[in-house]
Amino acid sequence: MASITMAAALNQALDEEMDRDERVFLIGEDIPDPTGGAFQVTKGLSTKYGLERVLDSPISEQAIIGASTGAAMAGMRPVAEIMICDFLGVCMDQLANHAAKLRFMSGGATTVPMVVRTMGSGGINFGGQHSQMLEAWLVHTPGLKVCIPSTPADAKGLLTAAIRDPDPVVIIEPCVLYSVPGEVPESAHVIAPGTADIKRAGSDVTVVTYGRQVHDALAAAEAVAGELSVEVIDLRWLQPWDVETVLASARKTTRVVVVHQAVQRGGFGGEVAAVLQEHLFGTLTAPILRVAGKNTPVPYATELESFHIPSAEEIATAIRAVAEGSG
Amino acid sequence: MSITDTPRAQATVDEATRLKIFETTTLINLADEQLRDMLMTGKIAIIYYSPRGQEVLAAAAGAAQRPGDYSVTTYRGLHDMLAGGAPLRETLSEMLGKGNGTCRGKGGPMHISAPEAGVMVTTGIVGAGLPIANGLALASKMRGDGKVTFVNFGDGATNIGAFHEALNMAAIWDLPVVFICQNNQYGEFTPRLESQKCENIADRAAGYGMPGVTVDGNDAAETYLAVAAAAERARRGGGPTLVECNTFRFMGHYFGETQEYMPADVIAAAMAADPVPRQRAQLLELGTDEAVLAEIEQRVGQEVSEAAEFALASAPPDPQELFDDVYAERVSI
Repeated sequence: MASITMAAALNQALDEEMDRDERVFLIGEDIPDPTGGAFQVTKGLSTKYGLERVLDSPISEQAIIGASTGAAMAGMRPVAEIMICDFLGVCMDQLANHAAKLRFMSGGATTVPMVVRTMGSGGINFGGQHSQMLEAWLVHTPGLKVCIPSTPADAKGLLTAAIRDPDPVVIIEPCVLYSVPGEVPESAHVIAPGTADIKRAGSDVTVVTYGRQVHDALAAAEAVAGELSVEVIDLRWLQPWDVETVLASARKTTRVVVVHQAVQRGGFGGEVAAVLQEHLFGTLTAPILRVAGKNTPVPYATELESFHIPSAEEIATAIRAVAEGSG
Repeated sequence: MSITDTPRAQATVDEATRLKIFETTTLINLADEQLRDMLMTGKIAIIYYSPRGQEVLAAAAGAAQRPGDYSVTTYRGLHDMLAGGAPLRETLSEMLGKGNGTCRGKGGPMHISAPEAGVMVTTGIVGAGLPIANGLALASKMRGDGKVTFVNFGDGATNIGAFHEALNMAAIWDLPVVFICQNNQYGEFTPRLESQKCENIADRAAGYGMPGVTVDGNDAAETYLAVAAAAERARRGGGPTLVECNTFRFMGHYFGETQEYMPADVIAAAMAADPVPRQRAQLLELGTDEAVLAEIEQRVGQEVSEAAEFALASAPPDPQELFDDVYAERVSI
């Protein structure tokens, strides 16, 4: 296995799938060379596969998602890039009212096998409209599948699975992880929908998280390693999510902390906590704690933003709190 | 593109095409009448957006389609669905929420799909069909399959962002799509010219670098020739066209509303120029036998009656089917 960045791993997945399946094409703003996308994830692909398969779109998010939806219905395998997660707001009608629902509303007569890649920002002083994690909007929309990678290998495996999936999949790629290297399988790598990964095994406390916060959770687990054995579960897929793996871990540890960058209120952590208490009410020995973004817009100044986004220290504090049973 | 004048246009459409348009018009007209009759007599209770008054333009546009072509329409779409070839019985079943409907009871009047006929999307969101039509057309362009996508929408849709994004994208990529604006003069309950200032909607095409043409949508030949020319242009790689078809909706926004916002004399004038009898009179004038038209009306009337009986007698979907078709895999919660 070679060590490459997450951006390179995503590029590799796109390259392999474009090579494997001529129905796969890319559509997005500034994605052809020489730019290769605002974050260079599509670098080199227009040179290799031509501008007919790497379509440079106007700044028209509705048109991008609509074109992808229609092309997918007609049998193509589009991979759309919505540059930044916040811009989903511009195309939510096409995504939530159409791409997500057309299989259902047609009684299965039409299908929409498309992928939306979007960068999940935050922590880089981009302010309130370029920093949000909006996975809760997506998970709340029946018909969409949603995944978020935390490592280069997972990024390749999730994106490959997304492209091969028969349904619309949104993959949110954490911006701060694009440049982080890691070992990546050189051949095709597929992480099936609903497959979580235990990134660190432990027996006292379970931390359920995904994306960038996997790394913070691992740092927190390390910080408390002298006192507590912490299991860190990286969900990877939020819809469908790996309920069984999470329940098995929670049965073992009886204490759970859920962590995500998106704001706490209405966030995916609430769903995880609800499902856990439905199944394990008598088993859990402490209230489930959520460590998440503060319930404010994402601010600009470093001092404000680093307070808004959950930190490894806050995760460690929550781990200790559930271990004491005080919640 | 210039506006064709009606008498000359009539002469250039062959009789087989004129009769095909007549038959489709009859089908739409009688199916619509059947649905309104079932609503009025209390046999059904559904949300229904009648296409009454817009039958001819849909039939004419349908005649310009080839087998395999794609079409997209909106909640006021019965005319477009039938003109596009959606199966009558299953379409009525779907409108009635039956398990053997085109969408197994999950779509309803606002979301009919019949992909085997190329009727790909019916949207309940104003203007939202246009970006998806681009995608269907994009697939055709990438594969070189020679198909054209016809997307229907109302005048109200030309004020929403999706219209502008879609026309721009279709133009820059020369997509094989025909944008058919059915200008029925009202967006929900507001007259068109209170919502926009341009005299003709087709004028907006120039802003995107594509041809725009305004036709009398209540004239079969004029509409057919304009849509066929746009389709031919799209099919040979010439790109999209915006065709504005002027028409009028007789039954208001949704069937059963009061129409009190519409001046009585305007409605009366529109109904006096009803495109359905007008088309019939044109055919007789051009020499078609009365008996030929009567036979079509009788036969189609029988089909519509039987389809309505079929739909009424059909069973509703099994509630357990709720969990099918959310994803490729069945969901259980």
